[in-house]
Amino acid sequence: MKRALPLYALGAYLFLHLPLAILAIFSVNASRFTIWEGFSLKWYRAMFADRDLLESAANSLLIAVAATILATIIGTLAAYALWKKASPWLAGSLYLSLVTPEIVTGISLLAFFQWIFRYLHLRLGMHTVILAHVSFSIAYVVLVVIARLRSFDPALEEAALDLGETEFGAFYRVTLPYLAPAIAAAAMLAFTVSIDDYVITSLVAGVDSRTLPMVIYAMARRGVNPVLNAVSTVVVAGLGALILISERLRRTA
Amino acid sequence: MTPANRLRALFLTPAAAVMLATLGVPLAIVATYSFLSRGAYGGVEIPWTQENYTRLLDPLYGGIFLRSAWISLLATVGCLVLAFPLALFIARSGARKNLYLALVILPFWTSFLIRLYAWMFLLRDTGLINTALEALGVIHAPLPMLYNEGAVLLGLIYGYLPFAVLPLYATLERQDPALLDAAADLGATPVHALFRITIPLSMPGIWAAAILVFVPCVGTYIVSDLLGGSKTVLIGNLVQNQFTSSRDWPFGAAASLVLIGAAIGMLLLMRKSREELL
Repeated sequence: MKRALPLYALGAYLFLHLPLAILAIFSVNASRFTIWEGFSLKWYRAMFADRDLLESAANSLLIAVAATILATIIGTLAAYALWKKASPWLAGSLYLSLVTPEIVTGISLLAFFQWIFRYLHLRLGMHTVILAHVSFSIAYVVLVVIARLRSFDPALEEAALDLGETEFGAFYRVTLPYLAPAIAAAAMLAFTVSIDDYVITSLVAGVDSRTLPMVIYAMARRGVNPVLNAVSTVVVAGLGALILISERLRRTA
Repeated sequence: MTPANRLRALFLTPAAAVMLATLGVPLAIVATYSFLSRGAYGGVEIPWTQENYTRLLDPLYGGIFLRSAWISLLATVGCLVLAFPLALFIARSGARKNLYLALVILPFWTSFLIRLYAWMFLLRDTGLINTALEALGVIHAPLPMLYNEGAVLLGLIYGYLPFAVLPLYATLERQDPALLDAAADLGATPVHALFRITIPLSMPGIWAAAILVFVPCVGTYIVSDLLGGSKTVLIGNLVQNQFTSSRDWPFGAAASLVLIGAAIGMLLLMRKSREELL
């Protein structure tokens, strides 16, 4: 077993990473077919010439940044409140948001928006997408921040209160700095789940809010496309870097 | 109210408001719709009815539910079997634990969509695997590997394998290595110790991993849509269809409610088997 286990692990890591590595290799293949014809960056050039892709990438970034900022603030405050005293209702609904199948979250938000739009003169668009993303990111933020709070000594806050800080002052000047690395990690996680979401987004997006995953999905459904190989490589490299930074922050925390 | 309680209430309010507006109310609307009739132009209408639920028992839809449950079960077992040795390897790898764990977490957060697309690239008729096998002369016509249930199963296992590794690793990492030394001193072979000590002690992690994989698999929509082609219809596709092309919202709502019920059931199971996360 001593030798079999590392060998097995090697196989498992290859299974996990090889498909994406192959995609990256073929993204610089000159041929549009699965035959190596030499190095070329033409698919990357085609990617940067595709207005649809660039526009949707810009939408995705805007949505992800807005949703991340909102979800991180709301989630951090909620984590702190839950740490002070449990709230079965909020904890339960956060769990529920994590386990609800995305397709159900998506259609229920769609039904909800259509229902309130009967009374308000609004349409599906960036705002509905951002609200949906805030909704499903909060639980991730709370999980990461509350894990860090577990290792925080409440006596530090009490000391601050004894020294004349207000409740908010103690939170703001003592607890919050201690949480900073976890908050940064949580924000990056929220960003990655937001920028990657397809199912919920596609249901609540309007005509002006097509996101990158929506364009990728439409391309993938039509079949394999070398431009998509290039897009995939850029997205995977970008998200990978973000996650490594986030993990580092969480660990050095 | 003490200042501490006031601050806590203030901090809790935004999250509670967002969850109520974007989870509580929408689910209540879907629950209501599931008892209404289909409107003439999509949408919903009175009268109230249970017909949407009885229709789910129709063999046509019952079959979709069974197939979703079956394929999710296979994916769950597949993930557990593949993940356990990997988690064991990471838990016993000493100083490099974090690196090995990061290598599992990385694909977990990388775009799910792109990871599925990578398999389309490998499995299609003119994909890498078929091209390579043909070049080697092993086959003369491409093997039909994409757009079938096997591809869906592969996609589910590939997609959710990291979900299984993490909880398994968490339980394995906490186990006292002295137990294995004791077992060896008492004459147990490593395989014996694995089945009599390591695996029984890992049961909470195994249950958590099973639930974490099974729940998203049952509700999956993009895996069957991208890798299964139009042949593989699972509950997720059924729900999506009712809300888009078929425009039968009440029926889609009823199917959604069944999915939610399953998810909540799993959640309660998980709470029994794991310590609280929140």
